Amino acid sequence: MLKKIFPNKILSLNNKFINNLLVGMVLIIIVGLTYGLFLSPADYIQGDSVRIMYIHVPASFIALGLFGIIGLVSILNLIFSLKIVPFVGKSLAPIGCVFSLISIITGSLWGKPTWGTLWVWDARLTSMFVLFLFYIAYILTWKVFTNSKKVNIITSTIGILGLFNIIIIKYSVVWWNTLHQTSSITLTSAPKIHHTMLVPLVIMFIGLSLYCVIIFLMKYKIELIKFKLKKK
Amino acid sequence: MFTKKVKTRISILFFLSTISILIIYFFFRSLEDNVVYFFSPTEIFNKTNIESNKKIRVGGLVKVNSIIRNEKSMVFIITDFKNEIIVNYEGLVPNLFAEEKGVVAEGKLKDKKYLFADKILAKHDENYMPPEVVKALEKSQN
Repeated sequence: MLKKIFPNKILSLNNKFINNLLVGMVLIIIVGLTYGLFLSPADYIQGDSVRIMYIHVPASFIALGLFGIIGLVSILNLIFSLKIVPFVGKSLAPIGCVFSLISIITGSLWGKPTWGTLWVWDARLTSMFVLFLFYIAYILTWKVFTNSKKVNIITSTIGILGLFNIIIIKYSVVWWNTLHQTSSITLTSAPKIHHTMLVPLVIMFIGLSLYCVIIFLMKYKIELIKFKLKKK
Repeated sequence: MFTKKVKTRISILFFLSTISILIIYFFFRSLEDNVVYFFSPTEIFNKTNIESNKKIRVGGLVKVNSIIRNEKSMVFIITDFKNEIIVNYEGLVPNLFAEEKGVVAEGKLKDKKYLFADKILAKHDENYMPPEVVKALEKSQN
């Protein structure tokens, strides 16, 4: 059953499909950026610095989401030890790493004009930094160890431990007093962002997610080809 | 449905996860005071082990009409609507520092009601609105 979720069909994906996705992504991001940076209104307290949100929030979402997937893949991998599943995690990690870095950098650029500081060690910021370290550890493990069995166990352990950190990041602003504000978008209540600001945020999220999909497809394909060559 | 090997792996994983969750929980429970970024005035009021020569952060809302600016320093009140702390501060405040807005002050406590701050950070909430909407909201309330 699980083998059908990760089919080898991905190898037959032609470049035309990826190119089409690429064009779509560029268009969506251009629309999102123009909407967010020029058309959407400034905030009533923060003024124009609120526009950093249109990069910061999608990047953070993606960084968390991708590690979430890596964690789930790690669980599947440890339990069923399927051959090609680990490559999903391996292909996702660099993308998530970059987005966690983007989230941290844009966050501190946003913190300076609003909070009055670039960085504080509050629970949210610290756990986000830990996520970045988890990504680095995960990527390095893939690079350092060559024995495939060993690499599987260590990376999966890192992935599962990182999953706990994801939960801590998500609830850090609820469990402890933090300088970082609580979530504006939750599943249980209406978003606390006015719709003129929410629309560009969603557009940017779709655009950047599409970017992740494209890079993932390219990287995953390469990993599978490498794997097949090795087997021969 | 699953083979025996898979079943053992699931139970081992489940067991280890439960233990890790417990360890993480107790780890953060014992470090509670270090994990929180600031204390509210009520938490300060209830605290018994305050070291007066150690820096501490207090957070809450700036009380309405409480900001008094002198030539060199300024005084304002941080409130959580139950308890209050008077803050004395010299220096520049962030742009978002205002009455009825969130603030975190870092400094040394003189007593449980008075703080000499050397750093002020603004804390903003999770609401984002264009100015026109806020005006319209205020109008409809009046």
